[in-house]
Amino acid sequence: MSLETPLHKAQGLGSSHSGVNHFWRQRVSALALVPLTVWFAICALGLVGADEPSVLIFLQQPLNALLMGAFVLIALYHMALGLQEVIVDYIPHEGLKIGFVLLVRGFAWTVAAGCLFALLRIAI
Amino acid sequence: MAQKARPLSPHLSIYRWPITMATSIVHRMTGIALAAGTLLLAWWLIAASQGLETYAFFLSVVKTPLGQLVLLAFVWSLAYHLLNGIRHLAWDFGYGFALPTANKTGVLVFTLSILIAIAVFVLAYSGRGGYFQ
Repeated sequence: MSLETPLHKAQGLGSSHSGVNHFWRQRVSALALVPLTVWFAICALGLVGADEPSVLIFLQQPLNALLMGAFVLIALYHMALGLQEVIVDYIPHEGLKIGFVLLVRGFAWTVAAGCLFALLRIAI
Repeated sequence: MAQKARPLSPHLSIYRWPITMATSIVHRMTGIALAAGTLLLAWWLIAASQGLETYAFFLSVVKTPLGQLVLLAFVWSLAYHLLNGIRHLAWDFGYGFALPTANKTGVLVFTLSILIAIAVFVLAYSGRGGYFQ
């Protein structure tokens, strides 16, 4: 016997109230990060010991700027989802839980803004 | 009547560490480490955008022994989280769940991630990095 109301069953969102939303976003961002991380590692090794002008020349290439922006944004998105999972696993207190998740979100937005501002400043 | 101390339910420390448990815990730890590592990435990009002196200061900090240690931890964490993440994605598609397979891929992820981290540093220190300057 299910204790779910017909509406709850029809919505299919379960006890998390968000269904597979978080799970799915985590996997899709992970998949996107596989090639982006390999690209980033190859670029980072290629810029070892480089001085500032060489880094600027590299990041001024439109494709490099675009991929670096994508890497930073998707990595921070993936990070926010992952840290949220850690927080809800270990912090039972509802208020603290929400507070920490918001803190992580704020951190992600701040770092993203800093990186994108830097990339734009370099590219333009 | 004095009661004898009853055995508590088994806790984390009582189990031997199967490789699958170790890979899972390390995946989470490297994830948290990489979250802190995003600050390093942001610092690199912002320093580069701010001019010669700011970037030179960034390089001088990264070049210290402590900086190199942090960088090594970052590189290994990234390699481990990437490889084990691919393992997780394979599981999501239903592959590699058999215990002998999961044990083997777990050892493979640990070994390959350490080799990649060493390879990156060997390439960098032997002057084979820096091909984009």
